[in-house]
Amino acid sequence: MEFLAALCQIKPALGKLDDNLADHLEWIDKATEKKADLAMFPELSLTGYLLRDLAQEVALPIEAEPIQKLVSRSKDISIVFGFVEETSEHQFFNSAVFAEGGEILHVHRKAFLPDYGIFEEGRYFSAGDSMRPVQSRLGKFGLLVCEDAWHLSAGWLQFLQGVDAFLIPAASPARGIEADNEELSSQASWRTLREAMAIFFQSWVIHCNRVGVEDGAMFWGGSGVISPLGELQAEAPGAEEHLLLENISSEATKRARIQLPLLRGSRPDFVRRQLAQILQDPDALQESRP
Amino acid sequence: MALQDIPPPPTCNGSLAEAVLTAFLKEETSKAGFSKALLGLSGGVDSALVAELAARALGPENVLGLALPYKDSAPESLQLGKEAAHHAGIPIEILDITAIAKAHASAGAVDKKDQTRFGNILARIRMVALYDRSAKEGALVLGTSNKTELLLGYGTIHGDLASAINPIGDLYKSQVWSLSKHLGVPDEIVRRPPTADLWEGQTDEEELGFTYPEVDALLHLMVDSRYSKKTLLKEGFSEGLIDTVKARVQQNQYKRRPPIIAKLTPRTINLDYRYARDWGS
Repeated sequence: MEFLAALCQIKPALGKLDDNLADHLEWIDKATEKKADLAMFPELSLTGYLLRDLAQEVALPIEAEPIQKLVSRSKDISIVFGFVEETSEHQFFNSAVFAEGGEILHVHRKAFLPDYGIFEEGRYFSAGDSMRPVQSRLGKFGLLVCEDAWHLSAGWLQFLQGVDAFLIPAASPARGIEADNEELSSQASWRTLREAMAIFFQSWVIHCNRVGVEDGAMFWGGSGVISPLGELQAEAPGAEEHLLLENISSEATKRARIQLPLLRGSRPDFVRRQLAQILQDPDALQESRP
Repeated sequence: MALQDIPPPPTCNGSLAEAVLTAFLKEETSKAGFSKALLGLSGGVDSALVAELAARALGPENVLGLALPYKDSAPESLQLGKEAAHHAGIPIEILDITAIAKAHASAGAVDKKDQTRFGNILARIRMVALYDRSAKEGALVLGTSNKTELLLGYGTIHGDLASAINPIGDLYKSQVWSLSKHLGVPDEIVRRPPTADLWEGQTDEEELGFTYPEVDALLHLMVDSRYSKKTLLKEGFSEGLIDTVKARVQQNQYKRRPPIIAKLTPRTINLDYRYARDWGS
């Protein structure tokens, strides 16, 4: 595996699908000019984030023309983008699409919907119930949409299935400006999280966060690529649109996995037995049981 | 209680706050379809800070300061308002509201000795002046109420609390001071005892009954860090202060929300007809 990733740190316009689609096509052109193999966009990149009641209005079935237009652009470059997916049962998902060779290879429906702070995704979206990787011509990827990455279980499930890299489209708003902060506390948390994730799973972490302001909340950008040994390889500046390019290679993964052979020691069967026991014990999870 | 016995007020990394707030001003102004903004310059630190931020975000030529003195306003207020404008590099215009206030007070039979009513009239006349000018200039009205004031309800609804967008509403007064210093707001403005200047000799801290550093320390732990009363007492805050502040914050919730609408239909505005304000832009 050896490819050039282009992280398109864009500023989607709230609810303006046509504008955002045109913008995506421009950024894909830019990434193509740089000879990138993958163009990756942030969470809900076609719609904007703070949708509220707009969520159902901007939702599209996967066959819809704007989606297919973007997908058809993936003949020479693989594309990851986000939108509100409407199923034939009129369920709505916060989805990320992996398109390649002019086709959709995979749709990841965000499985962990945040409902705290400024987030209210559970009000609008159904939670995805699958955590499967996508086998691409570039490698095997685990897609995790923003909050998914905060649940170690989600990353672990992908890891067990042998991913080379985690692709994390995100929409993280800025907060935490105290004097002893060197950076926004939300950015600092993500920095720790994505590096830890790379170390836990000896995998590349490719995190594309959006920029722009929606109703007072500023998305801080700072998209980054972390090596399988947990080292930051490249990072976009905060607050502005940016095309971040970085080479991803499986050689780094190999070195990390020789140094830290945690995949072979992960014992999924043991975890499954323990989990089954815990779930059967009425007292074990108590109030925390979902 | 001595200040050193309680936790310090919340702090602010000037560069981080400046980056977020200038991005906020730039984007929320342009999304609303504006390239210009205006604000009332009271001679206090809050409006001086907003002027600095707006000048940086939009360019000083796109920001207008209005000084709106009443005949009994402290002369220092006008002088420091001019200084704030000068430092931010923005133009300032002066509109004396004395005649309007007198006419309004006499039409409504308001005695000037009724300080609250008369003070509210002054604050609302200033709002009218700012919004009128906003329409003329095609400039958005910037809010200058900080988080401490908003939580305590220390402001006039539809008066100084009225604005289109507010860059400092999530900064406590202590953070306003520290960000102002970071941006080089003149010292005499930063150090001036905070006052609404609605009557002679008025100061915020005397009227509120506590100092900003202590109430900021308390509010920060109570609101942002969700400390329980038990923990706040352990941290050294007096029960009297905790109860007074909590009651005040609760009583003034109405000033922080749009009016309550009686629900009749399946989708009531703001209750279950829910769109971001940016939807319209």
